[in-house]
Amino acid sequence: MEGISFSSQLIQYAITGVTVGSIYALVAIGFNIIYNVTEIINFAQGEFVMLGGLFMVFFATVMQIPLLLAFFLTLTVVIAIGVMMERFAIFPAKNASVLTMIIITIACSILLKGAAMYGWGKDPFMLAPFSDRKAFVFVGAAVFPQSLWILGTTLIVVFLLTFFYKRTRFGRAMIASSDNPDAAQLMGIDVKTMVMVSFGLSAAVGAVAGIVITPISLMEYDRGALLGLKGFGAAVLGGLGHFYGAVLAGFMVGLMESFCAGLISSGYKDAAALVVLLLVLFLRPSGLFGSKEVMKMKEF
Amino acid sequence: MTTTAGKKDIRVLIWLVAGIAIFPALVLNVPSFRHYVDIMVFVGIFSLVNIGLSLVMGYTGQVSLGQAAFFGLGAYVSGILTAKFGWSPWAAIPVGVVLTGMVAFVVGVPSLKLKGHYLAMATLGFGVILYVVFNEEVALTGGPSGLADIPGIAIGPWEIDTSLKYYYLVWAFVFAVLLFSINVIHSRVGRALRSIHGSEIAANAMGVPTSSYKTRIFVISAVYASLAGALYTHYMTFLSPSSFDLFWSIKFLMMVVVGGMSSIWGALLGTCLLTYLSNEWLHMFHDFDVLIYGLVLLLIIMFLPKGLVSLARKG
Repeated sequence: MEGISFSSQLIQYAITGVTVGSIYALVAIGFNIIYNVTEIINFAQGEFVMLGGLFMVFFATVMQIPLLLAFFLTLTVVIAIGVMMERFAIFPAKNASVLTMIIITIACSILLKGAAMYGWGKDPFMLAPFSDRKAFVFVGAAVFPQSLWILGTTLIVVFLLTFFYKRTRFGRAMIASSDNPDAAQLMGIDVKTMVMVSFGLSAAVGAVAGIVITPISLMEYDRGALLGLKGFGAAVLGGLGHFYGAVLAGFMVGLMESFCAGLISSGYKDAAALVVLLLVLFLRPSGLFGSKEVMKMKEF
Repeated sequence: MTTTAGKKDIRVLIWLVAGIAIFPALVLNVPSFRHYVDIMVFVGIFSLVNIGLSLVMGYTGQVSLGQAAFFGLGAYVSGILTAKFGWSPWAAIPVGVVLTGMVAFVVGVPSLKLKGHYLAMATLGFGVILYVVFNEEVALTGGPSGLADIPGIAIGPWEIDTSLKYYYLVWAFVFAVLLFSINVIHSRVGRALRSIHGSEIAANAMGVPTSSYKTRIFVISAVYASLAGALYTHYMTFLSPSSFDLFWSIKFLMMVVVGGMSSIWGALLGTCLLTYLSNEWLHMFHDFDVLIYGLVLLLIIMFLPKGLVSLARKG
């Protein structure tokens, strides 16, 4: 990296951080979607990302299906997996304790990981970038067009979700179910369906993250756990349940990781995000943007 | 130890000691079963981890997904001190155990204020951080390529150099830990722990110092895991970070859940079953045992949430 000034190096780290941070933001949103309706933390959230990436590789590269169609096919399949997970594993255990629920979602994540290994093997897979391969220079730093795709997709997802929750009847019904399931039920909202939809929706958001990140970072069967853990870090940092907090915290986690990799040690970059996760959990479990009062209401 | 339940546990323990004592005599005469003694060494080692995990999960109702980190800490401290600094294992093992206990205390005090999902994620995060450290501190741990030339254990002039001798050594530790744990369970502390599982608020109101008890049991479980790690080290004489990754924490959790969370006998049963399953019966599935693991765990937790021991209790 000779000949590149320190300031452009910093910009480079920032760009990498924002790119990866977008993915953490999406994973964090996925956690929030399910958490808001059910108060379950889905330990298989990272697996949706992994499946999104791998199914996209299958449809776009192996089956040679055009990009946009492959995108929707991938979404459909992963949503189906999310809904099936809710129907066959979460729903039957509806009155289980938190401990049991944790173990159920962990079991689902092992199952999905094992199935992915069965289907794709252990090697990482490549996916061609959506547009130009060549990086362009932005204030002395190289930017891959795929980074813009990732950032753009994240913003679109956030916009669509906001629209869905604020403007559509169905979205408002979901908010009602998360706010007070009993009252929502009395108002004629089918809370059971809402729970199922929340799993489908969160699977979709996870899959989108997997689809857009694969051209930059490749994808393999066992990537889910770490992505999920860092996404959870972002969700907690932003205040569990808060969508905008999740997005902002996602970027923060990504930036922290990228600067740690660039300035301190690349080997410890995975630990950086987790150290932050632990500190936030210990010092301020309600997150940067969450309120302590709400936290107290949602005692486990 | 005046409760009848306590006497029952001691009776089970005595039967187990007898069974473990004669087990090698049964299998060593049959050539195709001879390696079962090697597997039983691992069952013993993992049992040490899982007895502790069962105390944390089954009796206190807390989740720890970082048990592999304590296992690894015990393994690496003992491995590094003996292989790189020429210590005797008998000096290195206690150092590792005490150090792990201290780490567990430092992590446990703030972690155990958290509940449910938060605690699970905190312990999971801690486990991954230590895994990264094992990989990155190449000068000490050998990094991803591993730490080799770790010496075995000797008792005075008597070298523990065969699987059979190691089998008896490991199980001696298991019985000591079991005896101690049974005492804990049936003491005042054990009743306090169960009251925490029932309702922490109620336990607090009754004057149980819940957070101090939770931390103590967490430290004890880490100490067990650390001891197991040290025994693992000197049996394998080689360490690599992959034995202490996230999947191992989950495997320990699975063993406890499959056997039955609410009893240490369940932890032993689950450990035995899953260790044989992965070392022996699932070999035909090669790498795909992960898939079967996930399925077994899911089915057990959904249809038999109290684990396999609950079948024995009904019958």
